[in-house]
Amino acid sequence: MTSAGVPTQRRPGLGNVVRRVLDRYLLIVYTVLAVIYLMLPVALIILFSFNNPAGKSNVVWQGFTLKYWLNPLGVDGLPEALWLSLVIALLSTAVATALGTLIALALVRYDFRIRRATNALIFLPMATPEIILGASLLTLFVSIGNEPFFPLNFVTILIAHIMFNISFVVVTVRARLSGFPRHLEEAAMDLYANEVQTFWRVTFPLILPGIIAAALLAFSLSIDDFVVTNFTSGNAQTFPMFIYAKNRVGVPVQVNVIGTIIFLVAVGAVLLTTVRGRRRR
Amino acid sequence: MGVWLKRHSWIVPYALLAPGMIWLTVFYVYPGIQMFIASFWSGTLETGFTFSLDNYTNYTAALEQFAPYYGRSIVYAAAATLLTFLIAYPLAYTIATKGGAQKNLLLFLVVAPFFTSFLLRTIAWKIILSEHGPVLGPLIALGLVPPDFRLLATPIAVISGITYNFLPFMTLPIYVAIEKVDGRLVEAAKDLYAGPWRPGGGIVGGIVGGILGGVLGVIFGWSWPVLALASAAAGAIVGWFLVSESFVRITFPLSLPGVLAGSLLTFIPAIGDYVNAEYLGNPDARMIGNVIQNKFLTQNDYPTAAALSFMLMAGVLVVVAVYARVLGTEDVTTGRL
Repeated sequence: MTSAGVPTQRRPGLGNVVRRVLDRYLLIVYTVLAVIYLMLPVALIILFSFNNPAGKSNVVWQGFTLKYWLNPLGVDGLPEALWLSLVIALLSTAVATALGTLIALALVRYDFRIRRATNALIFLPMATPEIILGASLLTLFVSIGNEPFFPLNFVTILIAHIMFNISFVVVTVRARLSGFPRHLEEAAMDLYANEVQTFWRVTFPLILPGIIAAALLAFSLSIDDFVVTNFTSGNAQTFPMFIYAKNRVGVPVQVNVIGTIIFLVAVGAVLLTTVRGRRRR
Repeated sequence: MGVWLKRHSWIVPYALLAPGMIWLTVFYVYPGIQMFIASFWSGTLETGFTFSLDNYTNYTAALEQFAPYYGRSIVYAAAATLLTFLIAYPLAYTIATKGGAQKNLLLFLVVAPFFTSFLLRTIAWKIILSEHGPVLGPLIALGLVPPDFRLLATPIAVISGITYNFLPFMTLPIYVAIEKVDGRLVEAAKDLYAGPWRPGGGIVGGIVGGILGGVLGVIFGWSWPVLALASAAAGAIVGWFLVSESFVRITFPLSLPGVLAGSLLTFIPAIGDYVNAEYLGNPDARMIGNVIQNKFLTQNDYPTAAALSFMLMAGVLVVVAVYARVLGTEDVTTGRL
């Protein structure tokens, strides 16, 4: 900041120099280190998708190979597990997004008596350890003791995933709704649109980004869920359950390949939405 | 239909709420009650279960046998929460105040680990902490620790795994809170001659640095007093020069709701976690989650498992209730995103 011609008022003593250097570089250096720390396991997951392990366990680097990338589904049970995860994630996202959006609309738009209880019921599942969510559902299903809840299966996983996703959808959509320009709806009504038309032509397009964000969040929570699924899956095997089962004997390299692909798809989706969001603005 | 709805418009919000709320009541609230009932069961899966209040002994027996596991869960979760706070605060502060054009990219990098599988990340930590990994490999090669020194299968590994896995839950709420701080307040403080915070910054920096260095020394078997003194000196210098009065008086107090939200969002999943302890720990580092999982899924000992889960849930609910009293629930739910 100081230009050569202007005499500095104080000589830059050692303290000032130290302060300026720390102020300028320390936090930046720290942030770089923190990002490395955050990304290190991700980098290892990707790196070990190219590993060529000697035995079954894939935790020591042995050499580079592309053969698992060329055959990403070539493990018994892996395609089925992935398919199950995908179906459950899609179905639970669809149901939870619908139910959660309705709750968010009610919370932001209307006055009603049980608001405090509603808020508590939305908040509590997020503040409960996952192991409790899973364990309590398991005791429910066991105590019912017959179809379609017991033995545990596809349906019980789906019920559980919808349950824990609802709260996250409500919170996400509510955040979007709370800054909503109400005058646009009033304008539509003034121009003789009825409630249904106003909702579909004005309200819905405006909150759609919030709904999409909520759905993406729900999808990613569901497809990676391990703990709740561990308690509610029985013999049905999702992708995380497949990893967990395989970990006892050694996780196949293909799991890292699939993990890398999921990571890249997720990163791509985020980049796409931010770029589109920017263009819209 | 339209006319009827207009006349009974009070029904609309309840109709919107009903499907989701019924789902949560049936599959969240009711299972909790069912679990409480199951904690008074006796019997096995084969013979069937019978309910009797006399089975409160499920609780006493479980406590007698598994109290140390609760203790470990609390200690590990608390240690991991403290560590995530120490790591996350400077990170969140830098992103919020110095992020500039890189802000979104940095935030994205904070949550990016969530795009990979939780289990794969924890397995990756197994690689990181192994004797050939990027932490121990160089240390052993340089002769700084003995060749048979291990981090894997210790409580240290469990705590570092939990710390890593839940770090974003701490970082995001703190970031949101610091971001919301009105920059004009900080400027006003500086106009009113708020300068470096001395000697407080040096003292706090020295204490934090000293503790961290000492703990690190104890873990790696180095002479911890020397390390503690050295890092206390480093911490004191950084604190002396870097911590400003405007930060201590304005930014930090205003960011406390974010710190509390982050602590809750880290502590709750941490205390119920069993994956990190199973993958990174040894049998002496098992947490209450490992016992609950084992009792429910391997031994089918539902009564004991239900009693253990119910005590865990009650403990967490007390923490959450205190928290909600202090801050309200909206702060947490908005902080999480």
